[in-house]
Amino acid sequence: MMALLIRDIKLGLRAGGGALIGILFYLAVAAVTPFAMGPDLNLLAKIGPAILWTGALLASLLGLERLFQIDREDGSLDLMILNRHTTSLSLVVFTKCVAHWVTTGLPLVIITPLLGLLLNMDGAAIGATVLTLLIGTPAITFIGAVGAAIAVSLPRGGLLVSVVILPFAIPVLIFGVMATFGAVVDGAPFKAPLLLLAALTLFFAVLGPLAAGYALKNAGD
Amino acid sequence: MSKKDIKKVGMLAALANPTRFMTLSGTLLPWLSLLAALFVAIGLYLGWQAPEDYQQGITVRIMYIHVPAAWFAMFSYTVMALSALGVLVWRHPLADVSIRAAAPIGAAFTLLCLVTGSLWGRPMWGTYWVWDARLTSVFVLLLMYLGIMALQRAMEDPARSARPVAILVLVGYINIPIIKFSVDFWNTLHQPASVIRLDGPTIHASMLWPLLVVAIGFTFLFLAMHMMAMRNEIRRRRAASLRKAGARGKSSAPTTAVLEG
Repeated sequence: MMALLIRDIKLGLRAGGGALIGILFYLAVAAVTPFAMGPDLNLLAKIGPAILWTGALLASLLGLERLFQIDREDGSLDLMILNRHTTSLSLVVFTKCVAHWVTTGLPLVIITPLLGLLLNMDGAAIGATVLTLLIGTPAITFIGAVGAAIAVSLPRGGLLVSVVILPFAIPVLIFGVMATFGAVVDGAPFKAPLLLLAALTLFFAVLGPLAAGYALKNAGD
Repeated sequence: MSKKDIKKVGMLAALANPTRFMTLSGTLLPWLSLLAALFVAIGLYLGWQAPEDYQQGITVRIMYIHVPAAWFAMFSYTVMALSALGVLVWRHPLADVSIRAAAPIGAAFTLLCLVTGSLWGRPMWGTYWVWDARLTSVFVLLLMYLGIMALQRAMEDPARSARPVAILVLVGYINIPIIKFSVDFWNTLHQPASVIRLDGPTIHASMLWPLLVVAIGFTFLFLAMHMMAMRNEIRRRRAASLRKAGARGKSSAPTTAVLEG
């Protein structure tokens, strides 16, 4: 499992990996919004966390199809499916999700403070956004694994994955933004949405790989 | 509601033969359609005769469509989830047909629920739409129906799309309890349940009866439409397999059409 983890992280960081594209997309969303909203700094500071969360969600959805696509193209996915009696397929999917998150989700979290400065957010808001993204984005990857596994045999499944996955990612977005606002606005709850966000991540960390492993097993043709 | 499910499990093996299903549904369908039309007509008439609400005035009559539509938006998804179990556990040949047939019907009920709710919300809440917990979760349900339909249409071969779609349907089932209890978890604009609750309905009998009659009518309506859509889907698959056989040449064409998937 460690070997698979390291291999996937290395592959993801190579030039052909999707890590950079996700970051650029995130940057684009955060940079385009002020043009649309107008350069009112107070307004931007207020809705900044929501913009960053939306951007991070869309950027995470963008790279999901790569989760199994490359392995399918070079045949290693078939080997994993054949080996499922020695190494559980759900465990393989879980490992791949972790590697995928490290190469696509974590960079988004890391550049969030920079984008927060561009959006005139103060320290507490930036810290809260980073924390909620850190807890919440793995959930999107785990949910996305189901969509990616279902669409793996489709020739142009990329956009379909995003469409199919979006309804399941909405609770993550809701609680992520709610917790971020709770840290900034007085009187708004912070701890409860944060715990619910963590619960969502843990829940999908179990359900996602199980369902995705089952779907992969049946996708073999 | 549960009668169909019991029937489904009990006659599971018998209905595995599509031809038998076609014969049975062919005889049932006119009766179901008739009952649906009858009950919906009576229920709506009774709803029109029922007293107006002292606060809502005449707009309360929207409820007689809105509430059953919301119930059947969730019921359709439940039927799909049970059929998904049928695909994955029993590999029932008609279960996938049932999912495919129920998805557009469920989407239509969900849309009906959202539209009637908006029309009611405009005079009562002063707005067509709020991002309230229940409204949002029903909206998410609509997105899920559309996503499932998109996935079904993305794969050409129904035999291959059956299991991925079934997995997606089952994973999506977690949204149904969220919708049902959203008005209890988050105390927002949408009023809490008033018909199905542990301590009995809080709605007056004069309004409850028309509502229940419409709900019975919607049950028959759902069964009739579902059965009709399943028959269409079976015919569509037969036509597709006949076309394929025809393309392969006359010698390999089967004497009787068989259902694929």
